[in-house]
Amino acid sequence: MEQLLQQYQSVTQNKVMHWFNAGNINDFPENGGACVKYKSKQIAVYNFTRKSAWYACQNLCPHKMEMVLSRGMIGDASGIPKVACPLHKKTFSLENGENLNGEDYKIATYPVKIENENVYIGFTD
Amino acid sequence: MKKIIVIGNGMVGYKFCEKLVSKPNRNDYEIEVFGEEPRPAYDRVHLSEYFGEKSAEELLMAPANWYQENNIKLHTSSLISKIDTQKKEITTYRNETYTYNYLVIATGSSPFIPPIKGSEKAGVFVYRTLEDLDAMKSYASKIKKEGKAKAAILGGGLLGLEAANAAKELGMETHVVEFAPRLMPRQLDLPASNLLKSKIESMDIKVHLEKATSEIVGNGAIEAMQFNDDTNLKVDMLIISAGIRPRDELAREAGIKVGERGGIWVNNQMKTSAEDVYAIGEVALYNNGIYGLVAPGYDMAHVAVEQITGGDVTMVSSIDMSTQLKLIGTEVASFGDPFIENDDVSVIAFENKHKGIYKRINVTKDGKKLLGGILVGDASDYNTLFQLYINEMKLPENPEDLILGARGGESSSVGSVMDFPDSAQICSCESVTKGSICGMIKDETCTSLSDVVKSTKATTGCGGCKPMVVDLVNETLKSLGKEVKETICEHFHYNRQELYDLIKINKVQTYDEALNLFGKGDGCETCKPLLASLFASIYMETANKQVTIQDSNDRFLANIQRNGTYSIVPRVPGGEISPEKLMVLGKVAQKYDLYTKITGGQRIDLFGAELHQLPLIWKELIDAGFESGHAYGKSLRTVKSCVGSTWCRYGMHESVSFAIEIENRYRGLRSPHKLKGGVSGCIRECAEARGKDFGLIAVEGGWNLYVCGNGGATPKHAILLAEQLDDETCIKYLDRFLMFYIRTAAPLTRTAPWLEKLDGGIEYLKKVVIEDSLGIAEDLEKEMQGLVDKYECEWKQAIEDPEMMKRFKHFVNTDDSDDNIEYVSLRDQKMPKAWV
Ligand code: SRM
Ligand SMILES: Cc1cc2nc3c(=O)[nH]c(=O)nc-3n(C[C@H](O)[C@H](O)[C@H](O)COP(=O)(O)OP(=O)(O)OC[C@H]3O[C@@H](n4cnc5c(N)ncnc54)[C@H](O)[C@@H]3O)c2cc1C
Ligand code: SF4
Ligand code: FES
Repeated sequence: MEQLLQQYQSVTQNKVMHWFNAGNINDFPENGGACVKYKSKQIAVYNFTRKSAWYACQNLCPHKMEMVLSRGMIGDASGIPKVACPLHKKTFSLENGENLNGEDYKIATYPVKIENENVYIGFTD
Repeated sequence: MKKIIVIGNGMVGYKFCEKLVSKPNRNDYEIEVFGEEPRPAYDRVHLSEYFGEKSAEELLMAPANWYQENNIKLHTSSLISKIDTQKKEITTYRNETYTYNYLVIATGSSPFIPPIKGSEKAGVFVYRTLEDLDAMKSYASKIKKEGKAKAAILGGGLLGLEAANAAKELGMETHVVEFAPRLMPRQLDLPASNLLKSKIESMDIKVHLEKATSEIVGNGAIEAMQFNDDTNLKVDMLIISAGIRPRDELAREAGIKVGERGGIWVNNQMKTSAEDVYAIGEVALYNNGIYGLVAPGYDMAHVAVEQITGGDVTMVSSIDMSTQLKLIGTEVASFGDPFIENDDVSVIAFENKHKGIYKRINVTKDGKKLLGGILVGDASDYNTLFQLYINEMKLPENPEDLILGARGGESSSVGSVMDFPDSAQICSCESVTKGSICGMIKDETCTSLSDVVKSTKATTGCGGCKPMVVDLVNETLKSLGKEVKETICEHFHYNRQELYDLIKINKVQTYDEALNLFGKGDGCETCKPLLASLFASIYMETANKQVTIQDSNDRFLANIQRNGTYSIVPRVPGGEISPEKLMVLGKVAQKYDLYTKITGGQRIDLFGAELHQLPLIWKELIDAGFESGHAYGKSLRTVKSCVGSTWCRYGMHESVSFAIEIENRYRGLRSPHKLKGGVSGCIRECAEARGKDFGLIAVEGGWNLYVCGNGGATPKHAILLAEQLDDETCIKYLDRFLMFYIRTAAPLTRTAPWLEKLDGGIEYLKKVVIEDSLGIAEDLEKEMQGLVDKYECEWKQAIEDPEMMKRFKHFVNTDDSDDNIEYVSLRDQKMPKAWV
């Protein structure tokens, strides 16, 4: 379990070593998420059309360790973009992965950039 | 910079840190904390919830990174073995030493183990830490496999009863053994204890009073308890809950003054006899007492913080010992001095054995002051009584009204919370007064309940004060002329009915449009599904249209399961299914290796399909004539039937045919919550129709129509709406009833609670539905017919449209499936691997 979680460490824009092409922007539903596979990782990618922004985070919900976050609903809490896990509705900030219910677990987030209608996710590996 | 060392990271030690870091001069201090337990401080008060839904993590007082973020050095698994008050130094079990400027001892207490022979045997437990609970859990499951399942609790106090409840939850036959002639001897008098005893026994927990245990018998592991009166009790496991002993050993060895019967002596500044050494929480002996409750401990933490940082707050002289028993399935509370009886006191008691209620209050002879009391069976007045007591407030003219209710037809005899003085302590766990709650709203620091909770932490302890805090917030807002209404969430300041009307009148078509017109921000998991439901109820649009505002089950037209796979529930109207169709379900389940189960709703559930398999499976089912069962939606589920007059020798009408007709009429209908129906062929009621949102029972001359029944956590029988109806009238009334409910109910409110809140209740509903008192009947019928005509199976829609199919893939960039899913096998079928 721990090992599974260890795979996911937040990456900041300036640390990116590799921009991975995750697909065309049309592969991702408006104001919703979809999941991308990168090596052994599962990454949730959200096309937050209302904010004209893209976000990426681990697909693994740290609450019960299930690969489900890409299927969660997105929205905002006082302006902070967030995703609600489909299993028990724990919510996480898409900006920094913070749990917004005040619990201990966090999720890792990754930078996203769009170039020529392609969606790129930044990794360090 | 001065260094503060805290020994013990329990509830009170943690509270000390929390209070300290919020001080403005916090940076003058370096804080280092040593705790013996492997985890940071957790909520011991709610420890028993660890047996239920709460994980160890959820019980933490603050996340592990809180300490780091607040610049506190926390050492877990670090027992302190010595204090040297001369050198101002402590020593850890690893022989490392640390020096302090101030030392705070918050080592709590340990369970008292009476000197009974044999208490070291296997199977004997105490109840204080998460590790204790883990050990009990695994021991219980081990012995249960050997067919042993008898547990006893030594001690019938507050904690003992909580432990008894836990033993019961572990599936053990449970016995409580108490030395005194009463249960909860510190809180209850004899009549209260007798009542509680019979309540507890009715829950299948056996109570043995006046039993002194002389020996724990067994060969290595416990086998029986031997009592002084030569009787014995065979048990396989024992939980000792016989009181607490302060963990004062460190102080004792360091020459710090301790009480005769234990506890570190402190003055009203929480100072011990040694310079710059403080003691707080359950280890501290204050005013000759050790208080086994968390609230006085928190007050002590507050006093110690103030004293150290230069304030002059001191501890109050009388400690309040009011308590409420949690969990055991009956309400028990005591406050103030529950027993006091002398010439200056009138004791007023009320007992209703039949209903299982006992209430006692102790009032001064002049009727002016409440001194204490006991409530068993119904503790709903606890908060009010407690406030009257703790604030020494004036009582009503006839103090007995306090427990009997005013009998003159007037409303409540006790004023509202708004009548309390500003100094009234509303949340005793976090010491929050009425004045501070109302003040924050008046000066606009807070504008809502959640703001108040965030800033004051009120309600976050035991939660008992929640109703009062809600009232205070709402009443204060009202008094400021601010409207208090049940709005949906931060994005829409309307209630469901208002939004329903707004969308309909303005012909709004999409969620984004609604948000732009009537809302703000970007939406959330509360308002999105709610609006999705409104669009469905108004336009009968399926969940395929605005996919990403659907609750996640609706988004994928299936119920998500604990491992992220889905279940498949095709509609089986009325529960009638042909052998051919039954075989199709069997074949599909076999082909895709799906766990198969008959549901409680007369249909078949196939579990364990991965996202990408859903359309494949549904294609096969639809080809065989099945359609969506909407098990995932807040919509019509099943109309349960009994076999009725076609086969049954008692049947009066064809219940199966009618159930099928109704289920097909309302299938796909989205509503504020799910809807269930039932049709029984005679009053023997084999379809449980009266447990449903709508139920029909065949009688001489037609159908009796019942509405607003509910299973679930608060079961309610449906109530008779109309009698002896023919099929056509029955459907007409149903159309009106359902549409009226859909238009007016609050989000996620089943028909039963909806009716309960409906002004005028069932009589009003009868007027609307039968007599058309609002003049909307025709409208309701038309609207329902419109929805019925527009029905479409959303699964059929989805598999026929390649664009819609795109959403059923685990990864967008590969066809791989989720590699995180693991199964185990049980009774020849697969099951998700259990969560850790
Ligand atoms: C599958 C089934 C249990 C079974 O194996 O038999 C079931 C399973 C679930 N029920 Fe149920 N209920 C099932 C029959 C019932 C019944 C019995 C009945 O319908 O006759 C009841 C009591 C009757 C009633 O609803 O009044 C019932 C009362 C609930 C409740 C409590 C509702 C309430 O008003 O308090 C919930 C919780 C909720 O909806 O908020 C619930 C919620 C759930 C959920 C959806 C919980 C969840 O969110 O995951 C379960 C998921 C189902 C799934 O994934 O497929 N289930 N549930 C039954 C499906 C029936 C069907 O064919 O559609
Ligand atoms: C099951 C249960 C239910 C309860 N229910 C209620 C309730 O409903 N209401 C209520 O008010 N109270 C309740 N209580 C009591 C409440 O939990 C205690 O009053 C509270 O936890 C006391 O806090 P504390 O910090 O003084 O002690 P603790 O929480 O016991 O913390 C002391 C900590 O110090 C550590 N420690 C001890 N010695 C050393 C050492 N030498 N070196 C390092 N660390 C050390 C211990 O391991 C422990 O972690 C309940 C208790 C239990 C067990
Ligand atoms: S009662 Fe219903 S919700 Fe609860 S576990 Fe059973 S199926 Fe799930
Ligand atoms: S698994 Fe995500 S919230 Fe429980």
